[in-house]
Amino acid sequence: MACADAWRGDGELLASPFGAIPSIGARLARATFAPDLLLSDGEAVLVTGNWAVGDEPAGPVEGWVPFRSVFDLAWAGRRHAMMMPSQLDRFGNMNISAIGADFAKPDRALLGMRGAPGNTACHPVSYWVPRHQARVFVPKVDVVSGIGYDKTPGPYGLRLVVTNLAVLDFGGPYNAMRLVSVHPGVAVAEVVANTGFDLVIDGEIPQTRSPEADELRLIREVLDPREARYREVPLG
Amino acid sequence: MTADEVVAELRSGMTIGIGGWGSRRKPMSLVRAILRSPLSDLTIVSYGGPDVGLLLAAGKVKRLVYGFVSLDSTPLEPHFQAARQAGAIEATEWDEGMLQWALYAASLRLPFLPTRAGLGSDVPRLDPGLRTVRSPYPDGEELLAVPALPLDAALIHLNRADAAGNAQFLGPDLYFDDLFAAAATRAYVSCERLVDTADLAAAGFASLRITRWMTAGVIESQNGAHFTSCAPDYDRDEAFQREYVAAAKDPARWREFGERYLSGTEADYQRAVKAQ
Repeated sequence: MACADAWRGDGELLASPFGAIPSIGARLARATFAPDLLLSDGEAVLVTGNWAVGDEPAGPVEGWVPFRSVFDLAWAGRRHAMMMPSQLDRFGNMNISAIGADFAKPDRALLGMRGAPGNTACHPVSYWVPRHQARVFVPKVDVVSGIGYDKTPGPYGLRLVVTNLAVLDFGGPYNAMRLVSVHPGVAVAEVVANTGFDLVIDGEIPQTRSPEADELRLIREVLDPREARYREVPLG
Repeated sequence: MTADEVVAELRSGMTIGIGGWGSRRKPMSLVRAILRSPLSDLTIVSYGGPDVGLLLAAGKVKRLVYGFVSLDSTPLEPHFQAARQAGAIEATEWDEGMLQWALYAASLRLPFLPTRAGLGSDVPRLDPGLRTVRSPYPDGEELLAVPALPLDAALIHLNRADAAGNAQFLGPDLYFDDLFAAAATRAYVSCERLVDTADLAAAGFASLRITRWMTAGVIESQNGAHFTSCAPDYDRDEAFQREYVAAAKDPARWREFGERYLSGTEADYQRAVKAQ
């Protein structure tokens, strides 16, 4: 549910989810509590209505957003992206570029910076980590693709980090990463053990919200009938 | 013109921009013509896909200017990964919007365009030639000055064109092909089908974004974007892309792939693809 709640209150922003579960979340948010969100077909048009992950959208097209328009929306701040980091540190610096100490000859080349520097500088960004592990939550990222709160100028606003175990934000001292909630059946100790730096943990940690009956029906029947969500995060 | 005649006008060491995006509407027949040529030490500017992968695998690239290299349905490009991990190229990795700005600045003959993208990230650390500029207005904001990136040549693939070099996109996205063309001293267009000028306007004026003042040469190259997508003429050949990815990960299989597909002319390539 956190992948839906991430978009709460966004108004008429372009929601750009990366990954199956963030896509389900954004569509669920628009179908229920965030009706003004703009959603793209993943290619070049804005579409209305609900549709299942993996399908072509059925709803009428309401706008044309070629990549150039997406760049414009991004730099104008009219977008909220949920991206998938390969590394993330406690101040929200994020890496999708390369793993290893030497950028000229990395141990593993990844996608490249993509739009991460501009996205984090210009509009709200959240992160989705389908497998919460210390390899992702590192003390220091090898390459800063998306900027964290220890940089000047800092990010426009890092909202949430949602993982298969927990929900986190940057509400700790100096915008350090803070544990917000743990998913049902997950212990705080498990989150801590799989995080490569000290998390801010304030008192009793609540459980992440579970879907209401109507939300669950939308997920099962409309947005993800073929259960792509369990291919991204296998059932415990 | 033919693809080989276009490539004969290029020189080693040139800065060449390649249109399209990822594994979408790439001028692959022109890229394959470069593979057959003696060109080397190129600086390639691209929203990178298999165009970059093939040129890297053939050792044609000295420096790569890019925001990402991806095959879309397969996120990571295996030849790009191998070249980067071997330290084989000079990598100028920018935010993807900075690339647009650099081409736009070059097309307008401006020295730079300002942006917030890149500030605070490792883009300026990894490319120490980048400079910032302060707004002369009361806000006084410090911004990254993206330098113009003039191209010696640009290669783009469109759905339709006429013999004069006017070209048309019929798919959902022009990508940044107009900026690549306008930023280049000489831009070359390959197209799915050469048509009469009188046939261009029917698809709507908004599709006519590449005009003859931008272009130095045009060739007809049916299935020329293969195996990337060229909507609405054809989708990406996913099966072929999977074969490419699997071959690229293994030197022996890559040699076989090269012998089967890349050892002859473009006509040989298209025949081998049909026989696949």
